[in-house]
Amino acid sequence: MSDNSVLCGTFFMNGDVACAEGAISAGCRFFAGYPITPATEIAERMAERQPKVGGTYIQMEDELGSMNAVLGASWAGVKAMTATSGPGFTLMMENLGLGVMLETPCVVVDVQRAAPSTGLPTLPAQGDMMQARWGSHGSYEIIALVPSSPQELFDLTVAAFNLSETYRVPVLVMSDEAVGHMSEKVVIPRLAPDQLSYRRRPNVAPEEYLPYKADGDLVPPMAIAGEGYRFHVTGLTHDEKGYPAMTAEAQDKLVRRLVDKIRLNKKDIIKYEEIAVEDAEIVVCAYGITARIARLAVEQARENGIRAGLLRFITVWPFPEERIGELARQVNALLVPELNYGQIVYEVERCAAGKAKTTLLPHMGGSVHHPETILRAIEEAAQ
Amino acid sequence: MKLWRKPFDQAEMAAKPSKVLIDEVRCKGCGYCAEFCPLGVLVMSEDLNPKGYALPKVADEHECLGCGLCVTLCPEFAIQLVPSGDGS
Amino acid sequence: MTSTMPAEQNLIDSFLRLDRMPHIWCPGCGIGPSVTCFIKAIQRSGLDPDKTAVVSGIGCSGRVAGYVKLDSFHTTHGRALPFATGLKLGNPELNVVVFSGDGDLLAIGGNHLIHAARRNMDITVICINNFNYGMTGGQVGPTTPVDARSTTSPYGNFEEPFNIPHLVAASGATYVARWTVLHPRQLERSIAEAMSKPGFSFIEVIAPCPALYGRMNKEAQGLDTLHSYQERSVLRNGADTKDLAITFKGPIVVGKFIDMERPTFGDHCKQLIERIGNKEGR
Repeated sequence: MSDNSVLCGTFFMNGDVACAEGAISAGCRFFAGYPITPATEIAERMAERQPKVGGTYIQMEDELGSMNAVLGASWAGVKAMTATSGPGFTLMMENLGLGVMLETPCVVVDVQRAAPSTGLPTLPAQGDMMQARWGSHGSYEIIALVPSSPQELFDLTVAAFNLSETYRVPVLVMSDEAVGHMSEKVVIPRLAPDQLSYRRRPNVAPEEYLPYKADGDLVPPMAIAGEGYRFHVTGLTHDEKGYPAMTAEAQDKLVRRLVDKIRLNKKDIIKYEEIAVEDAEIVVCAYGITARIARLAVEQARENGIRAGLLRFITVWPFPEERIGELARQVNALLVPELNYGQIVYEVERCAAGKAKTTLLPHMGGSVHHPETILRAIEEAAQ
Repeated sequence: MKLWRKPFDQAEMAAKPSKVLIDEVRCKGCGYCAEFCPLGVLVMSEDLNPKGYALPKVADEHECLGCGLCVTLCPEFAIQLVPSGDGS
Repeated sequence: MTSTMPAEQNLIDSFLRLDRMPHIWCPGCGIGPSVTCFIKAIQRSGLDPDKTAVVSGIGCSGRVAGYVKLDSFHTTHGRALPFATGLKLGNPELNVVVFSGDGDLLAIGGNHLIHAARRNMDITVICINNFNYGMTGGQVGPTTPVDARSTTSPYGNFEEPFNIPHLVAASGATYVARWTVLHPRQLERSIAEAMSKPGFSFIEVIAPCPALYGRMNKEAQGLDTLHSYQERSVLRNGADTKDLAITFKGPIVVGKFIDMERPTFGDHCKQLIERIGNKEGR
């Protein structure tokens, strides 16, 4: 396996391609996917590049197979990824839950398109954001990153792998068709080994190993198949041995740990970018392609004398509840433009706790907000 | 048994007189072992285990030649054969 | 003479998670004997147990993963095969065995089955066919014979079942066999052959389900079903798979039907990497 084939340098690159390269730079050597607009280019790039870096590309028969193949490869010790859009994302939900339950590091990319159902396959939307959080059944926490540019698609895919290995949880990259299909400058660094995470390995003998006995950060060391640990893991509610445990006590213990391992570590996970927020009276909260447009509107508002600012979510899940709470106490209004009919706005409103007026600027998708729309909303809020 | 030729797998299939041990806790009284033992070594008895299942018993200890069919057929992994060779 | 077991020298016990015994399967269930044949096959084949991984789906057969002392994965309904695909491609040294039932593999998992066979994934599949969905109480399934009763075919099933060996062979499997649990020596040998052979190996195991399918179809004792295997099973190695359909009371043809060679998916991947892999750094 040659690392010479891992890219390094400055490129003019399509977002989807940058995502695939981010995965490869992060050490991903297994991709299982299924063609779906607008994520197909990720699969195509992987089909071309994985043999070059000594990895495997397999085009599965559907998205359910893709998600499961990714889990299997991860349990063989390989960093694995799949990429899809809304309809496929929905199909992956059951086994995303399996990934959460088995605590399997892996990355799932959703290049969002207009929905519901088949929707507008070639046009952008941001309508899967709540599904990213709640799509599979039961109580669990997940990590979702939202890129706003091809550069960020590269960077956040690398970050996604690192987070998934550190917390032993599937990490979602919630892209959208606009960012995925645009081409921009992407700088690809040579990543050093210490910049890439790998799951914590067991440090006891196989006879003493308990697959789900967590360390202090609530993440258990992970054995992989073929090393003599003879472990058993199951999607059923289980105890520390990994054996099915059919009691409410086991359920309580397990579910709390699965959720808390993200929640209690959220300071290390949550990321956002703030522009002109320190003295702002109105803050626009946005993510993905919408955040780029909102930035233009905010800058224009500042030029017109309005104290507006932008909070750009980089992680949407876990949600930066505390920061929104703080901002709400500082500003008069929170504006949430999104390419859907209201999803993240409800989180913002919840965390604002009535301290600032929260307004949704919806757009059903199919294209993007006009900066004018956001600017007018800022001006209105300023009165 | 008189054979008209030497079987190819005679070494592997040589008779291994054995003692049949049955785990009374695991047994669920299905009767497979008693029914299919080629030599009638096991029969179902009147005894019940703590769960109420009828247990098999060894009818004639000297008959078992260690073929292992009972071990393999048992759905409960409840039978073990211990070779009763030299000095049992 | 009956007594409890001395644990040390028992081959079967050494492969079981004894802290999980007794298992949940019903008296007379055919899954236990299938597992015993599997364990003996591991020994017969000489394969390294540390490198043997079991992946199962959901159902009574799916519980096998939880009872064998190997790296084992109890995944979701119908999805054992794609999981096993990823596992094998992630570490080609693993000997990956899928244990699942007829509903899991042929209904919800049907799509994955035909594609894994088509790709000739180097995996061994042991399909325990008890002609119904056992874990959920005995519903009709894609292998239930016509006229058989089940909880969701209370007036008798009218759907034609799959002829599993025919389906799997047509999809491209390179090793296809069928045995009943009353053919334990052949089953053990088949499993050993299948695991040692590269490519997609599929073994259908006809198994009794006394508590449900058996009871609802006048075979309330496991012994009744095993006796019916004695009467109905016909050994025809190499039979044409199109002749292997199972009817309610008709013959059950057993044997090894397909045993051929063709490159596996893994072989192709390996060749591709050698051919395309970055030449500069080598």
